[in-house]
Amino acid sequence: MILVLVEVSLTGEAVENSLEAITFARDLAAAGGGIPIDAVVVGVPGDDVVKALAEHGVRRVHALTGPAYDAYSGAAWAAGLMAVREKTGSVVVMASGTPRGMEVLAHVGARTALPMAANVVSFSSLSPFTVTRQVVGGQAREEMQLSQRPALFTIAGHAVQAAPADAPGTGELVEETPDVADADLVARVVSSEEPEPDLSGSLKSARVVVGAGRGAGSADGFGEILELADLLDASVGVSRVVTSLGWRPHHEQVGQTGSRISPDLYIPCGISGAIQHWAGCSSAKNILAINTDPDAPMVTKATHAVIGDLHEVLPAINEEIRRRRG
Amino acid sequence: MSVNPLVCVKRVVDSSGEVVLTEDGQGVDGRYAGFTMSAHEECAVELAVQVAAAGNGSATVMTLGDADAVEQLRAALAVGCTAATHVVADSQAFGPADVAREIAAVVRDHEAAGTPHELVLLGNDAADSGDFQVGIRLAYELGWPVVNGVSTVSVADGEVTASGAGADGHETYRLPLPAVVTILEGGVEPRYPTVPGRMKAKKARVEEREPGVAPTGASRLRLVLPPPTPSSVEILGEGPSAAPAVVDLFERLGVLAR
Repeated sequence: MILVLVEVSLTGEAVENSLEAITFARDLAAAGGGIPIDAVVVGVPGDDVVKALAEHGVRRVHALTGPAYDAYSGAAWAAGLMAVREKTGSVVVMASGTPRGMEVLAHVGARTALPMAANVVSFSSLSPFTVTRQVVGGQAREEMQLSQRPALFTIAGHAVQAAPADAPGTGELVEETPDVADADLVARVVSSEEPEPDLSGSLKSARVVVGAGRGAGSADGFGEILELADLLDASVGVSRVVTSLGWRPHHEQVGQTGSRISPDLYIPCGISGAIQHWAGCSSAKNILAINTDPDAPMVTKATHAVIGDLHEVLPAINEEIRRRRG
Repeated sequence: MSVNPLVCVKRVVDSSGEVVLTEDGQGVDGRYAGFTMSAHEECAVELAVQVAAAGNGSATVMTLGDADAVEQLRAALAVGCTAATHVVADSQAFGPADVAREIAAVVRDHEAAGTPHELVLLGNDAADSGDFQVGIRLAYELGWPVVNGVSTVSVADGEVTASGAGADGHETYRLPLPAVVTILEGGVEPRYPTVPGRMKAKKARVEEREPGVAPTGASRLRLVLPPPTPSSVEILGEGPSAAPAVVDLFERLGVLAR
């Protein structure tokens, strides 16, 4: 049995990264001769989630319930995941490479004293079980052997594309109320602020996306970027560092832990093109990179490029658009 | 009661440059690389210094790495850490569980020597090995609670409050010390070293020690570089003068019309 931790968004949907992890699990299950795939979710999922998981090939959906799951605690989630793993005898326990997926699997690794492989992109052999994962910021890959059971790993965001299964699973819902020790509830979220609304829908479906990275310079450095987006009726997409630094909201993030976009034209400005970002934008049909560094990965992978500072290049482009429109 | 945090840093290759692997594929060839401390850890150092200042204590920095890693310790000493511990070892031979064990040994030995650390700060993930787990494994070694991936930390009345962007919005944790907390960049602006700070760091004594146990390793078979993808980029120009060519492209792609 393969056990996959599935995250559900605040709006009540299975997150895309989790569906990608299940899609990856299906390849593994097939290679192993048809191993069943079960999912673990925290809280009782809505019918839509159960249906989506079944469509992706999940046999049983184990829902962790009880007061221990009222607020997030990585240790409590790990305790629940391990309780289901013991009950089902799973040989693989996996999650998506989201912050929570990483955290919970690391807890499982520490509790079982087993290795945990982060950001896996593929597997090459079942015996011994060998995975390839991203290291050095995606610049290199590591082949790692997970010879003990259960094998623990997370799937790098957008390493595979989520797709429904040819043979759907039954998606039987099973409620689980595992015992959770008090010690696992010490480090627990005590309050959370109203999250920003998820407005990523328009970004994912946008025909044109204007992107910005560290090269924007500061939260105040987005004037020309927003102006170009406005002129082209485009969405704005940013790299992770931009949201980490609080310059722009998270729903604009493109990449492994953000949205995957596939516009006709993507215009990354001041984005170096680390693999984490590339994972989210590689499906763009045309890429016009604007960057000071002609050797930046985003420039070499683009279809078109302008070498220069975005703060000098964009005003000229915006002006040229206005001039031609008269 | 004073608060004396320990902050853990790692000497890592600067991954914005080209990465070259060693012949045996077991690591990155340092002869061709620049080295740095990750942005997460720079923020962890800043937070450790702030927590120590607010708690009338002192911040200690530690690393596990080869002799050159003392450079990263001195960088932390230059911005306000007042003591440093160097576990001298080849970090590439150490898996995340090995590193966690060595950090736990330092915490225990410092406590036995009369300088307990009530709080250990680390980066959320190492910029090279990208394991995302050393802080959590350390917490289990010590039997302490752990908060992962936050960007601000403060200590008052024996409790640590930590917060950051979580899956459900901006999340806050509050828990009694001792605790392990792993840091994501973005919550604080790391300070620049002052000239007196640098001078002090140069002269500061660094506690050197050997690893306690032989490492079990990282289950690594080998590192490989992704195959190079041939570039077919068309350079439209340099600087603002490229604007007409860019807008020509917009017209060709049909994205200009309203």
